[in-house]
Amino acid sequence: MEEKTVELKEFKSAKDAPKPKDLAELDKEEKERLKLLGLDEELKREGEYVQIDAAPLLCRKKVEGLEILPITSALKNYQWIGDYYWKAVSPEKDQFTKAVAEDLDNGYFIRILPNYKLVYPVQTCLYIRTENIAQKVHNIVIVEEGAELNLITSCSVHPHIGSALHIGISEFYVKKGGKLTFTMLHMWGEKTSVRPRTGIIVEEGGTYVSTYVSLFPVKNIQTAPVCRLIGKEAKASFISIIVNHPGSYVDIGGEVHLEAENSRTEIISRNVVYGGENIARGKIIAKASKVKGHLECQGLMLSDEGIMRAIPELDSYFYDVELTHEAAVGKIAQEEVEYLMARGLSEDEAISLIVKGFLTIKIEGIPPALQSQIDKTLELAKLGF
Amino acid sequence: MEKLLEIKDLWVEVEGKEVLKGINLTLPIGQTHIIFGRNGSGKTSLLMTIMGFPTYKIKHGKIYFKSEDITDLPPYERAKRGIGIMFQRPPTLKGVKLRDILKLCAKENKVKIEELAQTFQFENFLDREVNKGFSGGELKKSELLQLLIQDPELVLLDEPESGVDVENIQLIGNMIKRLLQKDIPHKPRNKSGLIITHTGFILQYVAADLGYVIMDGEIYCQGNPVEIFEGIQKYGYEECKKCLKRIKF
Repeated sequence: MEEKTVELKEFKSAKDAPKPKDLAELDKEEKERLKLLGLDEELKREGEYVQIDAAPLLCRKKVEGLEILPITSALKNYQWIGDYYWKAVSPEKDQFTKAVAEDLDNGYFIRILPNYKLVYPVQTCLYIRTENIAQKVHNIVIVEEGAELNLITSCSVHPHIGSALHIGISEFYVKKGGKLTFTMLHMWGEKTSVRPRTGIIVEEGGTYVSTYVSLFPVKNIQTAPVCRLIGKEAKASFISIIVNHPGSYVDIGGEVHLEAENSRTEIISRNVVYGGENIARGKIIAKASKVKGHLECQGLMLSDEGIMRAIPELDSYFYDVELTHEAAVGKIAQEEVEYLMARGLSEDEAISLIVKGFLTIKIEGIPPALQSQIDKTLELAKLGF
Repeated sequence: MEKLLEIKDLWVEVEGKEVLKGINLTLPIGQTHIIFGRNGSGKTSLLMTIMGFPTYKIKHGKIYFKSEDITDLPPYERAKRGIGIMFQRPPTLKGVKLRDILKLCAKENKVKIEELAQTFQFENFLDREVNKGFSGGELKKSELLQLLIQDPELVLLDEPESGVDVENIQLIGNMIKRLLQKDIPHKPRNKSGLIITHTGFILQYVAADLGYVIMDGEIYCQGNPVEIFEGIQKYGYEECKKCLKRIKF
C-alpha cells in the first residue's frame, strides 16, 4: 500500500544539515545522477543555481539581461519583490505552504529583463543530500515583457539516503509577450515525499510551457500547479511524462484559469504504470469568451498491481468557448509487441521500445536542447521489465 | 537442393478453430514460392505460424529452418535465425520512429539507412512515427525497407500489392526483386521467399519457382505459379478445387 500522507514533524530542518564547500565534494555517484538530469558541465547554460539541502552552492550567470540570486538575497535586495512574493500562491493554502512561509530554507530568484531572449537554458538544481530533512524552498521567476527564458530544473536526492521531504513553492510571472519554458527532470528516491506548490500568472500574449518528467521511483508526490491566463491571447501548456513504480503514489494535477479572451491551454499527460497509484488530474476553467482548452490523458498499464485514475474537469462560465478532453487507459497491444518481435526484439525489448515511444511527446515550443535532454533521460531510464 | 524451410504435417488452431490442416511444404534455398487462395483459406495463418506468433497454436507437426526444429521458438529467435515477415496491416507504434526500428533491424549489419531509404524515395519518412498515417503504398515501402535492412534468408510476404496505387507498384516490385536477389543470376542466390498474392502482380517482377493453392487450411496443389494463376483467373477457385483436388498430395 502506498503511503500518501506526510507528517511534517517527522523531518529535521535542512538548515542543520552539514554544508559542503563546493560541488567537488559530491561523490562520483551523486555527480553521475545529477549529470543524467542535465547538470552537465559540457552542456551550454546561460546561468546556474545549485542548492544542496538549505545551502545555495552555486549561483552564477553568464549573460546580460539575466538575474539569478538565492531567494533570501532577493528578499533583502529588492524592495519591490513584495509584488511577487506569495502573490501567485497563498501561504495559507495548506500545511506545506505554511511551513515554507514560517521557515524558509532558500530557493532561487530568476529574472530576465525586457526583450532579452536567451539562446541556451538556465539550469537550477535542488538537491537533498542529508537523511530525513525537509528542504523548504521558495522560487520566483519573472520573465519581463518580450523576454524569453528556458529554465530546466533537476531535482534529486542522494542515491543512498532514506526518507526526505521536498517542499517547493514556485511563483512564475510571464509578462506581456514573454515566454517561459519550464522543464522539470526529477529523480527522487523511493522514500522521498515531494510537495511542489506552484502558481503561474501569464499576461497578454505571453506563453508558459511546463514539462514535468518523472521516470524514477518516489514515495509520494502531490502537486497541482494553478495557472492564470490574465491577458488576451495568453497560452499555457502542461505536459507530464510519468512512470509510476510499485510503491509510488503520484498525484499530478494542473489547473488553468482562462481569464481573458482568446487565451488557450492544453494539459497533456502520459503515464506508464508498473505499480503503485497514479492520478492524473486536469482542470480547465473558462472565465472569458473565445477561449480554448484541451485536456488529454493517456495511461499505459503494465501490471495488475497498479492503479491509474484519470480525473478531467472542464468548467465554463461562457457559451462561446471550446473545451475538450480525451482520456484512454489500457494495456500494450499484443500486436505491437509481436510486430517488434518479428524484427528480432525480445518481448522485454519490444515492451521497452513501445513504452519509450508512448512517453515521447513532441513538445511544441520546447528548445531542441531540452527535447534531447528529455529523450536522453528516457533512454537511460531503462524502461521495461 | 538444400532445404531452407521444411514443414511437416502442420495442424494449427486460432482460438479453438482449426486454420491449418496437415500442411506439408518444402522450400529449397534460393527459391521463391507463391501461395494462392481465397480470403480466410489459411494463407496468412501459414505465414504467421512460420514466424511463430503465439496466437497460432501448433497442435501437431514440425517446422524446420536450416534443418533446425524451430517449432517452439518465439518470433524473435526465428528472426535472429534469418526469417523476416512483411505484415499486411502493420500496427502504428506511437512515438516510435521508422528510423528507430530500422536501426534495430540492422543490428550488426552495416547498412546505410539514409542511402537505402533514398533509393526507394522514402527518406522523408525516416523520422515519422512508424506506420502512422501512411498510405497503402507507404506501408509496403516501410515494411520492405525494414526487411531489406534486416536482410533475412527467408522472406515471408503477405499480399505485398494490396492497397498500392499504380504509381508505386513498380517500385514495390523492384524492392521485392532486390530483397529476393532476383536481380542476380540464379546460382549464387541464397534468399528465399514465400509470397501470398491475390492479384498475381508479383509474378511480373519475381520469377517464382513454384505455386500452391490453399483452401480450407489445406494445400490442394502445387505447380507452375503462372499456370495456376491463369487457371484461377479463368475458372475461379471453385473450378480450381474440382480440378486440382484429384492431385491433392
